[in-house]
Amino acid sequence: MNAQNQHIVLKTEDLSIGYTSKKSKIVVASNINIELQKGELVGLIGANGIGKSTLLRTLTNVQPKLNGSMTINSKSLENYSNLDLAKTLSLVLTESLASKNLTVFELVALGRQPYTNWVGNLSEDDITKVDKALNHTNLSDLKQKKCFELSDGQLQKVMIARALAQDTDIIILDEPTTHLDMYHKAYVLKLLQKLAKETNITILFSSHEIDLAIQLCDKLIVMTDNNVLIDTPKNHIEQGNFKALFPEDLIIFDDNTGAFRVKK
Amino acid sequence: MNISLGSVSIPTKDIINSLIGAPIENDSWKYIIRDYRLPKAFTAILVGSGLGISGLMMQTLFRNPLAGPFVLGITSGASLGVALVIMGASFFGCALAGLFISKWGIVIAASLGSFLVLLAVLIVSTRVRDTMAILIIGLMFGSITAAVVSVLSYFSSAEELQQYIFWGFGSLGNLSWQELLILFSIYSIGILMSIISIKSLNTLLLGENYAKSLGLNLKQSRLMIIIATSLLAGTITAFAGPIAFIGLAIPHMTRLIFNTQNHKILLPAVFMFGAIVMLICDIIAQLPTSDYTLPINAITSLVGAPVVIWLLVRQRKMIF
Repeated sequence: MNAQNQHIVLKTEDLSIGYTSKKSKIVVASNINIELQKGELVGLIGANGIGKSTLLRTLTNVQPKLNGSMTINSKSLENYSNLDLAKTLSLVLTESLASKNLTVFELVALGRQPYTNWVGNLSEDDITKVDKALNHTNLSDLKQKKCFELSDGQLQKVMIARALAQDTDIIILDEPTTHLDMYHKAYVLKLLQKLAKETNITILFSSHEIDLAIQLCDKLIVMTDNNVLIDTPKNHIEQGNFKALFPEDLIIFDDNTGAFRVKK
Repeated sequence: MNISLGSVSIPTKDIINSLIGAPIENDSWKYIIRDYRLPKAFTAILVGSGLGISGLMMQTLFRNPLAGPFVLGITSGASLGVALVIMGASFFGCALAGLFISKWGIVIAASLGSFLVLLAVLIVSTRVRDTMAILIIGLMFGSITAAVVSVLSYFSSAEELQQYIFWGFGSLGNLSWQELLILFSIYSIGILMSIISIKSLNTLLLGENYAKSLGLNLKQSRLMIIIATSLLAGTITAFAGPIAFIGLAIPHMTRLIFNTQNHKILLPAVFMFGAIVMLICDIIAQLPTSDYTLPINAITSLVGAPVVIWLLVRQRKMIF
């Protein structure tokens, strides 16, 4: 990415995340300093229960932060209205759809809701954007299929297309590769890489596919008990950050292959 | 056609004449048509479409194909109100009893009952974020009111019990033009609110978190949908009694026939379909050419349930 294209889309400063109850604060992670540039594909990795979902939920304004600041396009996240945020940030969640009796086109078109009128009519511009999102994700042939007829891999692509149709600066995906086979895991992540490059959208996703993420991402956020680090995969390997991800009794990170292997 | 069928057979020519105000040979026919059959047909249309639409909104909001106007406890609230008036009258003393047991007393009690249950559900729903929890709470309110009704019926006299049961049969035919006007105005507000909710209903098809990420004000639209449902189901139950089945089944039948989930199509389709089914049920309930009129509540279930079963068996799955 060349210098003049540099543009910070999402930035956190000394962010701490966690839960507040009446009696106490439970801090899940603190001192999070992240900068995401325009058009970057960023992976978020960490062990189960380390707080990946909490971080994503906080970044998407689902759950309040504890401390620090979060800005999107230099504007504080708290200053966004629901609708403005919907035009800036779109999501792909792990939860299943409430109704699968929608055609692929209808579902992707729901991504245009922040832009449509009170009854939700699609303008010509909306339809063009939906078609574009479908083309980007190679879904044009499935357009009239019902969602319950699709495989898990196809459905995930549809959800990505829907987020794309929302026409935002950032797409955040929560574990987009779960339930998929090896091929489709690679396929979905490769698709995300392509989208980030072609559309200049910043894409942040959490994943357990560390070896794939190392190969495909521009940057990785590594969450461990002690800190949250963001860097290029290459630098992470050089600094040995992956070694701190998991307890070392069972699997170890191999610097040469860039992947974990089971201890023999 | 609905107007032409009834216990008294009236020639078609005279029906049309009485509708347009032309003179006809028998004055009682004119009365039957104008003040009984015509309002009844209108009521059937309002009841069928109103209950169908409130059922549709409930099913989408709760992401549950079993949802209907009954689940929020709206109908049970109305039943409780009526039970209190009819069977509890003896507790309140005889002086008041005469005042209570009028038709308006029942209507007011039913409206009040459903409104109070709605209010309770609304208060709870602002505290509870989980929509499923609201569904369960609605069912619990239903159980509580059912229990209170049982206790009341245990202590009440045979006549009071009979009166309550008659209300429970449901009836489309007891409305005067004046009452119909009140029903219609509240019904219109409910329909208007449901039309405003079309977009949020469609967004809710994705699930609540997605809907929120699309900029939907979840609390506000949920409130809007619940109020619209209660207005529709509450007043209809108050005037026509608890009509079973329509609210649950009409949305399913419409979805199966139109094979879509888009509320822009579903809402008018459910409206038409609900009205038509209700009119047909009413015709059957009249048992044309006979002197008997069956309880409408029994007919809606007897006619409707097999149709839904047949549709489901043919399609082999529930589309939702």
